[in-house]
Amino acid sequence: MLELREIRKIYNAGTVTELKLFDGFHLVVPDGQFVSIVGSNGSGKTSLLNLLCGSIPLDGGDILIDGKSIRKQKDYQRYASIGRVYQNPSLGTCPNLTMLENLSLADNKGKTFGLGFGINRKRIAFYRDELASLGLGLEDKMEVKMGALSGGQRQAVALLMATMTPLKFLILDEHTAALDPKTAETIMVLTGKIVREKGLTAMMVTHHLRYAVEYGDRLLMLHHGQIVLDRAGQEKQETATEELLQIFNQYSIL
Amino acid sequence: MSDLIVSTLTQGLIYALLSYGVYITYSVLDFPDLTVDSSFPLGAAVTAILLLGGVNPWLTLLCAAGAGAVAGLCTGFIHVRLGVRDLLAGIITMTALSSINLVIAGSNVTVERAIDTIFTSPPVMALLGDLTLSGRKLVVALVLAVAVKVLLDLYFCTKSGLLLRAVGDNSTLVTALAKNKGNMKVLGVVIANALVALCGGVLCQEQRSYSAVMGIGQVVFGLATVIIGISIIRFFARSKVAQGMRKVKGLRFLATPKGTTAVLLGSILYKFCVQIAINAGLPAHMLKFITAALFLVVLVVAGRRGEEIIHA
Repeated sequence: MLELREIRKIYNAGTVTELKLFDGFHLVVPDGQFVSIVGSNGSGKTSLLNLLCGSIPLDGGDILIDGKSIRKQKDYQRYASIGRVYQNPSLGTCPNLTMLENLSLADNKGKTFGLGFGINRKRIAFYRDELASLGLGLEDKMEVKMGALSGGQRQAVALLMATMTPLKFLILDEHTAALDPKTAETIMVLTGKIVREKGLTAMMVTHHLRYAVEYGDRLLMLHHGQIVLDRAGQEKQETATEELLQIFNQYSIL
Repeated sequence: MSDLIVSTLTQGLIYALLSYGVYITYSVLDFPDLTVDSSFPLGAAVTAILLLGGVNPWLTLLCAAGAGAVAGLCTGFIHVRLGVRDLLAGIITMTALSSINLVIAGSNVTVERAIDTIFTSPPVMALLGDLTLSGRKLVVALVLAVAVKVLLDLYFCTKSGLLLRAVGDNSTLVTALAKNKGNMKVLGVVIANALVALCGGVLCQEQRSYSAVMGIGQVVFGLATVIIGISIIRFFARSKVAQGMRKVKGLRFLATPKGTTAVLLGSILYKFCVQIAINAGLPAHMLKFITAALFLVVLVVAGRRGEEIIHA
């Protein structure tokens, strides 16, 4: 279970541009829940994910995983149990390494990176199956450098890499925003499949209201660092995109 | 004439050790490390003093590499832990180290003929005793340059080596792999400066002298060899010859040469260019001028392609 308690985050504290984003923010996410988060620009969606991952420092409050505080943990320590896919497809993979090398790196997450051979030949068949399951024809391109692939292909591999080893949380930070509509759809279907199959606790930030409605079993809307809409279960399932758009417009006008 | 070719080739092979170091920081890690200008004479200083003290010449090289590693550790620590920009971290260590070099060995040391170097030590004489001194120098330099290249190539294939390449390529991913990217950077800078100091040590034994100013311009030399080498290899990899080689199974591995091969060739080529310039009548005190001018030419010719190599 993930618990954010009394979160406080102030940007440019003590200056004229001071922005008090979160003040006493509270959120509990039970294990196995897939949370979709929407909200206008500056509402705090990405800041929330960055605070959780330790990419930006917390000004107050505490973050607990299964009751244990992770506040003191550095970003790379937190990623031991977190997988993350970024908006920018080039952040999830190494462009000058081949796909096989990238997958081998991801496969070794959580183990030591010692002087053993970097690529485990015995795992190639497994990588091939995983790539084939994406349905993008990537299984024959394992020797190709990641930088030579399209954004959508890279994002698919990034998603695969982020979820390859056992993890507690999957963080999706507008991961379809830089892709064309068709590729975005493909990546979303894949995301839904992976989260379901692996039973992950996931938090997905998206600007695509339809994705927020169709995917996940809980829907959050943020506005100025506060939760203005929180629907789960049956209530979430009955939410239509049009209704969500209406609510969204109410807030974004203010 | 053939003597000149042999000695230039020897120089190129010895300096390849330094180029490997600069390749690791500049090309693999994307870390412009200026420590080199001082870690190079540091290796020579340590070697010279230990040789005078009667230490085994091979052991002195190990000590030189160790000293270089410590210098790299300082730069890495200043950058990663103290949060100083990479370029400035290198400058700070470089400046401090130039005083340390003077403390270790003063401004000049000459290693007399009576003292054995790696080129005249018993094991080498037993194997290569029939060759002239310059012949032995060439063979030993070749063995060292190739051995270090093979070791580095093997290292880059390990898990640790793969992670090191990942840090320079996309450090965000390294964090996402739950690894401390700072530690990997430090490791890279340590290995690089160990190689640079090793190069200084070998050179000190080859020319039987150390000078506190021998490090000036070595960063520029190293960067130039890396950029020349990689540009040539890129050009070659795109050529029809390489494409033809890729179709033949036994030649496929030769068609896309490794970065270490590139800098080895770059180093030899660079030394020949400088030698040609000197033979053409340029006085020896203009050496650094040539080094800088040649670097400028390389940068302009490699141009945008050079940028692409480093940041693509």
